[in-house]
Amino acid sequence: MSYFLDKLTFFKREKEEFSNGHGVKTDETRGWEKGYRSRWQHDKVVRSTHGVNCTGSCSWKIYVKNGLVTWETQQTDYPRTRTDMPNHEPRGCARGASYSWYLYSAQRLKFPLIRSRLLKAWRAAKIIAKDPVNAWAAVASNPETVKDYQSYRGRGGFVRANWDEVNEIIAAANIYTAKKFGPDRIIGFSPIPAMSMVSYAAGSRYLSLIGGVCLSFYDWYCDLPPSSPQTWGEQTDVPESADWYNSNFIIAWGSNVPQTRTPDAHFFTEVRYKGAKTVAVTPDYSEVAKLCDLWLHPKQGTDAALAMAMGHVILSEWHVKNKSDYFDDYCRTYTDMPFLVRLVKKGDRLVPERMIRASDFADDLGATNNTDWKPVVIGAKDEEIHAPNGTIGSRWGQKGKWNLELKDEVTGEEIWPMLSLNEHSKHEIASVSFPYFGNQEHEHGYFAATSHESILDRNVPILKLNLKEGETLVASVYDLFLANYGVDRGFGGGNVAKSFDDDFPYTPAWQEKITGVKREHVINVARQFAENAHKTHGKSMVIIGAAMNHWYHMDMNYRAIINMLVMCGCIGKSGGGWSHYVGQEKLRPQTGWVPLAFATDWNRPPRQQNSTSFFYAHTDQWRYEKLKMEEILSPLEDDKEWKQLSFIDCNAKSERLGWLPSAPQLETNPLELGAKIHTSGANVGEAIVGGLKSGDLKLSCHDPDNPVNWPRNMFVWRSNILGSSGKGHEYFLKHLLGTSHGVQGKDLGQTGEQKPRDVVWHDDAPEGKLDLLVTLDFRMSTTCMYSDIVLPTATWYEKHDLNTSDMHPFIHPLSAAVDPAWESKSDWEIYKGFAKKFSELCVGHLGVEHDVVLNPIKHDTANEIAQPFEVQDWVKGECEPVPGKTMPAVFLVERDYPNTYKKFTSIGPLLGKLGNGGKGIGWNTDAELKMLEELNHIVTEEGVSKGLPKLDSAIDAAEMILSLAPETNGHVAFKAWEALGQNTGRDHTHLAIPREDEKIRFRDIQAQPRKIISSPTWSGIESEHVSYNACYTNVHELIPWRTLTGRQELYQDHKWMRAFGEQLCVYKPPVDMKTTAEVVDKFAKSKSGKNHKQVVLNFITPHQKWGIHSTYTDNLLMQTLSRGGPIVWVSEIDAKKIGIIDNDWVEAYNANGAITARAVVSQRVNEGMILMYHAQEKILNTPGSEITGARGGIHNSVTRAVLKPTHMIGGYAQLAYDFNYYGTVGSNRDEFIILRKMEKVDFMNEENYDTSNQFVTSK
Amino acid sequence: MIDFIHSFLFGIYPYIALVSLFLGTLIRYDREQYSWQASSSQILSDKGLAIGNIFFHLGIIFIFMGHFVGLLTPHALYEHFIKAEQKQMLAIVAGGIAGVFGFIGLSILLSRRLGNARIRATSSPLDILILFLLWLQMMLGLITIPFSLSHHDATQMLNLSQWAQHILTFRSGAADFIKDADWIFKCHLFLGLTILLLFPFTRLVHMLSIPAKYLPRPLQIVRSRQARR
Repeated sequence: MSYFLDKLTFFKREKEEFSNGHGVKTDETRGWEKGYRSRWQHDKVVRSTHGVNCTGSCSWKIYVKNGLVTWETQQTDYPRTRTDMPNHEPRGCARGASYSWYLYSAQRLKFPLIRSRLLKAWRAAKIIAKDPVNAWAAVASNPETVKDYQSYRGRGGFVRANWDEVNEIIAAANIYTAKKFGPDRIIGFSPIPAMSMVSYAAGSRYLSLIGGVCLSFYDWYCDLPPSSPQTWGEQTDVPESADWYNSNFIIAWGSNVPQTRTPDAHFFTEVRYKGAKTVAVTPDYSEVAKLCDLWLHPKQGTDAALAMAMGHVILSEWHVKNKSDYFDDYCRTYTDMPFLVRLVKKGDRLVPERMIRASDFADDLGATNNTDWKPVVIGAKDEEIHAPNGTIGSRWGQKGKWNLELKDEVTGEEIWPMLSLNEHSKHEIASVSFPYFGNQEHEHGYFAATSHESILDRNVPILKLNLKEGETLVASVYDLFLANYGVDRGFGGGNVAKSFDDDFPYTPAWQEKITGVKREHVINVARQFAENAHKTHGKSMVIIGAAMNHWYHMDMNYRAIINMLVMCGCIGKSGGGWSHYVGQEKLRPQTGWVPLAFATDWNRPPRQQNSTSFFYAHTDQWRYEKLKMEEILSPLEDDKEWKQLSFIDCNAKSERLGWLPSAPQLETNPLELGAKIHTSGANVGEAIVGGLKSGDLKLSCHDPDNPVNWPRNMFVWRSNILGSSGKGHEYFLKHLLGTSHGVQGKDLGQTGEQKPRDVVWHDDAPEGKLDLLVTLDFRMSTTCMYSDIVLPTATWYEKHDLNTSDMHPFIHPLSAAVDPAWESKSDWEIYKGFAKKFSELCVGHLGVEHDVVLNPIKHDTANEIAQPFEVQDWVKGECEPVPGKTMPAVFLVERDYPNTYKKFTSIGPLLGKLGNGGKGIGWNTDAELKMLEELNHIVTEEGVSKGLPKLDSAIDAAEMILSLAPETNGHVAFKAWEALGQNTGRDHTHLAIPREDEKIRFRDIQAQPRKIISSPTWSGIESEHVSYNACYTNVHELIPWRTLTGRQELYQDHKWMRAFGEQLCVYKPPVDMKTTAEVVDKFAKSKSGKNHKQVVLNFITPHQKWGIHSTYTDNLLMQTLSRGGPIVWVSEIDAKKIGIIDNDWVEAYNANGAITARAVVSQRVNEGMILMYHAQEKILNTPGSEITGARGGIHNSVTRAVLKPTHMIGGYAQLAYDFNYYGTVGSNRDEFIILRKMEKVDFMNEENYDTSNQFVTSK
Repeated sequence: MIDFIHSFLFGIYPYIALVSLFLGTLIRYDREQYSWQASSSQILSDKGLAIGNIFFHLGIIFIFMGHFVGLLTPHALYEHFIKAEQKQMLAIVAGGIAGVFGFIGLSILLSRRLGNARIRATSSPLDILILFLLWLQMMLGLITIPFSLSHHDATQMLNLSQWAQHILTFRSGAADFIKDADWIFKCHLFLGLTILLLFPFTRLVHMLSIPAKYLPRPLQIVRSRQARR
């Protein structure tokens, strides 16, 4: 009752001693225990997850007490796995467990914020103009006003705003921009829809309805492995983590499993109890190295050399000396190895060129449809040429032949393809030339070069064929493939290795000098890897991380490993295969989501742009390009034109040929153009072709610095592009944002180097292209700091959404445990607000308009087989511009601007008219629309949306995704498999029948995560018998890969691939970015006049331990576990060289900019390497840089994106563009920095700290 | 008016202070058990803590006892053993030594609380105020010494204890005893009453809980399930 009164009960106290007086039992009050009990009491538990790009997708219990989120714990109620496998739980890690800290922290955004200078200008303009759109016109068209607020980006100056006013400003800016420049100048960046697909869709739906552009992310993050679409025609498909448990031999290659795949790592340890062997391949002593039986540590960036040497061992021992029947059968059936390649004369050399097609033969081999696209094989029994089933030519325009049955497509007779022409009775042996790049010297000598010739001649069995063009020499991919590895098959000639100790590319002895790994280890690991695959029929696996994919020549690293897996028959086998886990790329209910996200229920096509090319152009990183084409060209390439081209030229060419997309697309406003074409009644394709030919119309890609081609408005949501993924961060600040920056280098105009040939050069580079940058976030990130308007969004515990991952087959909800705190709103509600305001304000400015949209030639559409042989440029008159064939496809899209809100909030009629589908198949979806009418109810208001299913709340949107997708609706799955069966001529519906009646709804997954249903969108299946594994249906259902041959494509025969010597995988050393020489002396002396001790190091940026990208890195709990600010890891040797000890402040810089951080001096890293966990934000404990005078940057302050022309290829089967699927990628690991100790650590805490900064005053 | 203020400050204000002291302390003890602590800042910095703490506590405990005995023991009880003048001299010498100790300790503690950034940042306004008031009170107490020395007859001391005893025994006219006292004594009294007034709101409550029971208690204590909750 009362603690005090209890103290006074001297006579009532009971005391009972025990244990000889060592213990006593009392009846004193226990009321104080309530404190502990109520500490863990709560009012409710809600299921949610973290919408962060980590692949975890873990189910969490969110505890709510007194209306506040108090803490979270891991859910343990996943559906059980099958009896012989461990369960998925517990999923979650320390990062996720710290999330609730954010909700009520100082980092939380609570109110809409706006840059005060912009607000003042806006209010002043509005008093005069009255009309908001005219007011924005007054603000945006006055360069001084714009400069005034642009130059303050990143330097504070926010004031609190209210939702009405910011919505008005944003809508007015969008309307003005669309009207004045065109809607394709309105840009949106949001990554990884799988994290929170409704929130992504909110923004992309708004942008797609008004004609804005959605930017890609997977390629920009450089997490997209181009080798995957190159080999399989598939963006990325991987085994779920549970399938690790089915493996017997796992190599964790550049993937730090326990640190970056924490919730899945248990399968990795569990399978070791079952006897699996594990090998780690990482240059540093990482966490996964500690977990494995063997640790190989090649020098970073040289993984391809190691993998090629392993491939050499496997081919020598399992394909040549002791043939494995399993490997042999697999290669004949599932790879392009039996296909024939034309050999052409270059001087006195014979060089492998493109694949032979049915159309090369006099009678087209009897085939009729797409004969340019039907590569051929030779039958082992009849020695006849056959066009087999399943090539890309049989995918389009015909039905029933697109499968992997080993049959002649024309006659239907069974064939057993000949693998090596050595088996052919009439074969000859000839010397064929292969390019070699491993002899290139690197600037710092850090990457070792060997002394072998640039062209290696090797003997290969060949055959003479009589084709339309006359007698032609051909070889099989298999023979070229083996020769490329330097495997001695007894054909004589040089450059082949008799023993593994011979120093020829690519022997284990050869790689020693490059990678530093002992040859015995290479031989042992390769042998065991192959032996295991042979005995278990493919249960050898490589878990591969983003690390190796971030090098400029990432495709070589990856293809070298993919080759190992393919030659051992591991792809498509449970427990085997290629497990590339990077971004949370797997949006499982994709086909249900696309209509919602890109408003294809209302108009098609949406505008989508690959970010790497976009940012390379619009942040003007191309103006500083130091890499020259001749440094990466093949020694066998004789086309002189390449040397005149820069990378931006190649990209522009790719855009005009319809390979890559453009944004903006045309210099003319597409609405003005559309209005003219619409009123004249002309055919839009002809009108555009006419305009382009006459020169009246110009493509924007040829002049990105022209103000008419600038992006003007940009939205960023669910992203921290400026604090995390923005490669070339300082170029973003300088050119796109126009604020203080740290760029140290000179552009090509200043240095007088070779400028681009086709792209216009302006001597004065633009600074500040964006009029308006709007960011939605729940925390004050670096990107928010640089934005003009910052909008507070709901956290992951305050909204309803969906979430999936590639690591497990479950679909998760995000649920609103509490309402959005303060004035925050969910992304869905925020964009709905924009749509509403836009619809109101556009009246009088925009009505029903017609928008000219250019669309690249897209993968998985009939157009993907557009350009079969040569690369012909219509600009140079090499061919006619034909939309969708030799140039981008052209569409006239009607945009009913005043009805934007009504369209946003209802499901449009196109799904009923055109049906739904994806990846080249389609189905009728009327039944699902009917269901949605009943589920979401119909719109009763008058107008365009009357009678259509409602799309009002985020749950309505989630139900739309779940109803339309085969993965979450059994009926749709059945229809999808049926539709695919028509193409393949085989019945696949048995995969859907067991779950046909199942419909997963939003409330179902709130009750428990649900396993998705097998769907032809993906190449694996969900079943009671196997775990999800990529390419499983290709191998077991004989569904072709979506490539040229329909098989796994190890030979890339496109002209541009050949130009860079990448038909077959080769080792290419890291490229020289040349960013240190320019500045190393400039800053060598300190302010006090003494010489700095400096060291040049290779800059490596792996995923971190205390955050998921930048999320959690500003979280107090994670900072407490880390060091409370930015850190870099340096070897003890390099630390000694520049006289630093652990925890010293250091500065890393090069021509791109500078970073300040504290040094972790550790034996973990190699000499010559500096390691900085990526995405440590500069908002936290980051002092000013002595180099730039501005606050020390993020990891991307010292990087600059550089493009690779082979990634720009399009219109060519698997090498065709799709959003986040194929295209240029933002590599960043070939970069070097200069490291030195900081002389003075200045946190720049005073107000207006950088008004004296040279970069600001110069404006 | 002066009279009224005097009788309010020393006739009524003492009761306000005592009500606050007893009621406030009781309520806090019953309702805010988690806050019933000394709030040690040793974890943040132990520099100067030991010496300051020991000096201060030695001094203040001695002075506290001295005041308690000195003010509240009726004259009649001790006049057979010791003369008032002698008692006064004893108080001046012993109290003065303890006061100097306490003052040094308190000065160290105060400078530490204000000068150490981590401690400053984690201190509440009341933490700083009470420490400052104690320091001020200690200084005032030391300043009274020369004034006491000028009153050899100890009348001042006797009046002060009359006042205290009247207050505690609810007799009227307590304030009149010290009507003519030196200003310094009045200040010291007023501040002392104010410290009593603030006592329940500060960390000073820790002095009421002495962990003496830890010494003799058995190693294991089992609290009955039927115990009062």
